[in-house]
Amino acid sequence: MIYEPSFVAVAVFFLFVGITLGLSFYLGSKAKSSRGYFAAHGQIPWFVNGVAFAGDYLSAASFLGICGMIAFYGYDGFLYSIGYLAGWIVALFIIAEPMKRLGKFTFADALDSKFQSRGIRLAAGISTLAVSIFYLIPQMVGAGVLVQPLLGFPHWAGVLLVGTTVIIIVVTAGMVSTTWVQFLKGSLLVIFSAVLTLMILGRGFETGDGGADGHAFRTLGPFDPQNLEAELSHAGGLSNAKVLPADGPWQATNFVRTTDDDTNAVTVWTVAEQEDGNVLLSEAQSLTKRPDGIILVNGELKGTEKGEPELRPIGHVSRLPGNVERTGPLGPLSFFSTLQESEVVLWGNQKIDETDGSVTTVYFQKPTPGHRILRPGEHPRFKGIRSDKLRDKLNFLSLMLALFCGTASLPHILIRYYTVKDASSARKSTIVGIASIGFFYVLTLYMGLGAMTSGALDVTNSNMAAPLLARSMSEWLFAVISAIAFTTVLGTVSGLILASAGAVVHDLMSSVMGIKLTDHEKVRSAKIASIVVGAIAIVLGILFKELNVSYLVGWAFSVAASANLPSLVMFLFWKGVTRQGIIAAVVVGMTSSLAWILLSADTFTKVYGLSADQAIVPFSQPGIVTIPLGFLTLIAVSLMTKGHAANES
Amino acid sequence: METRNARFGFVLFVVYSVLYGGFVFLNAFAADVMEMTPIAGVNLAILYGFGLIIAALILALVYGLLCKKEPAEQEVEK
Repeated sequence: MIYEPSFVAVAVFFLFVGITLGLSFYLGSKAKSSRGYFAAHGQIPWFVNGVAFAGDYLSAASFLGICGMIAFYGYDGFLYSIGYLAGWIVALFIIAEPMKRLGKFTFADALDSKFQSRGIRLAAGISTLAVSIFYLIPQMVGAGVLVQPLLGFPHWAGVLLVGTTVIIIVVTAGMVSTTWVQFLKGSLLVIFSAVLTLMILGRGFETGDGGADGHAFRTLGPFDPQNLEAELSHAGGLSNAKVLPADGPWQATNFVRTTDDDTNAVTVWTVAEQEDGNVLLSEAQSLTKRPDGIILVNGELKGTEKGEPELRPIGHVSRLPGNVERTGPLGPLSFFSTLQESEVVLWGNQKIDETDGSVTTVYFQKPTPGHRILRPGEHPRFKGIRSDKLRDKLNFLSLMLALFCGTASLPHILIRYYTVKDASSARKSTIVGIASIGFFYVLTLYMGLGAMTSGALDVTNSNMAAPLLARSMSEWLFAVISAIAFTTVLGTVSGLILASAGAVVHDLMSSVMGIKLTDHEKVRSAKIASIVVGAIAIVLGILFKELNVSYLVGWAFSVAASANLPSLVMFLFWKGVTRQGIIAAVVVGMTSSLAWILLSADTFTKVYGLSADQAIVPFSQPGIVTIPLGFLTLIAVSLMTKGHAANES
Repeated sequence: METRNARFGFVLFVVYSVLYGGFVFLNAFAADVMEMTPIAGVNLAILYGFGLIIAALILALVYGLLCKKEPAEQEVEK
């Protein structure tokens, strides 16, 4: 798909960034002490902090990733919405108040408040850094993905832009400006998502043959497969069509290729066999990457401007209940009941390695009945729930467990408990957070399904689904939503960098290495740490650009839940916890989940480029193994070392 | 569990875990149930999903209201 940078979008975008930076400088004067830098003096009002929770938490993965997943596959993306939100229940009911009572600035503070141990500080500090960096990579990748079509910049420029802006924000004012940026972003995201949802409901559904550009995807036939070329010319209306021989890797597929004598265009068709032996051909699209770097779309050189060869936008409804052509405005429930009885054309893709070294990806139509779109288990990652084997279901169970446990363990969420006055404010702000986040996640289902039927999707990139949906409604809305999506990344990245800087200065430098710093020096060191972590994030964001965003966030959740949650929960509720138990639990949780991920099928195929069969662990999501492992380790080691603790005191 | 607040929190957490667990196990072991359309033509998957989100908010508000009655404990802990 060719993206034309929209002038409006660029203007609004830079306006947003400008306001964000301006706020940051203005508030910068107020944060001179380390208490100010890390915890905003504990003076953030609870309502603001609550909405800032939402602004912090609703990252690119939520807005872009979930809507994109729903747009391409249906209900399954919503499972992430449910899991992400459920994690807040753990945060509120188990963690919030005890945490507030305990520490000063960081998660390691809380764990260490009883033991004053360097070992705990080291383990917790490293865990914070590891989780924050894993969470940072998808945000930076997401930034590049967003900026590319918006501003026409290459991916690395988007990453650099985010990284630099965030570093400026974090260095100038720390937690105060980060909080207000996140408050601003959180409110705007929720408000404009609500506007977009109302527009989706107001538009309703209409049937079509193709996307918003008007191109109708043809379905031709029925033809006799033995006589294809002749019948295509006569009955199919393709007068100069030649059928290309199915050689090499094309033999095993159910695609057929035709060329046109007049142009170089090659059209790929999906062959659907009917009961009487005849076949129907439905039009597909193809993208070929040649070894010399040249890219072909449907056999022709990929264009750079509108009107030249490009992949067409997709996402249309092929049949509505009662065979009407449009439904008119729908209500929040009739939206689903109508879709339930409709048929929507989804798109799949298949990679074909050609004999000359090119890689062709065929994007083909998959007309899908609505009742399948709205049920769980259609996405490849979740197909296992319909299998009879327990092992296939374990991946799903493990992921839902990691999401449930992960939120409360994220360091950049935990530090936000320290920015309010007292436990009661911590509680109230979490409630406000849950309300905002929950409302937003309800909207993601509408936005995702609205994008699916908008006719404006880029078939190669699900991350752009929500912004492209907005564009199909209104240029202004697109500009605002893209700018919000971008500041979404700014908000989350700021929080993460701050958590990491806190870990470095407060935990690793002051406590573990014993470096004595004055308050002023601590703040300065934190700013330097922010720049370093920011730079690392920029580099990694550029290197990992091919990796799927929500997949990386899943990593971060699993590691956080395995490393942090067992020690945090047991520390808060069990008297028998010992220093060695905590250290062991954090280390074992972190390394076991990391090791599991590195040895899993997903990593083997996506990162190492090896086959999934060679993977060492039976399923990809570690949570269901490593989270209990963390708990068991803590209990076992604490029981073994409790004698020592008694002797020491 | 030292304080009343913590106990409320734990009870509400268990309630939610049961609701969430029900959702997860239905999806994993009885996925066809999720396709049923009990209300207004909307399927159980969507109703239950929305239900979990609304339940989270309701339980959070209940927790907030219950805890409000315990200001004395907060004074003691400070």
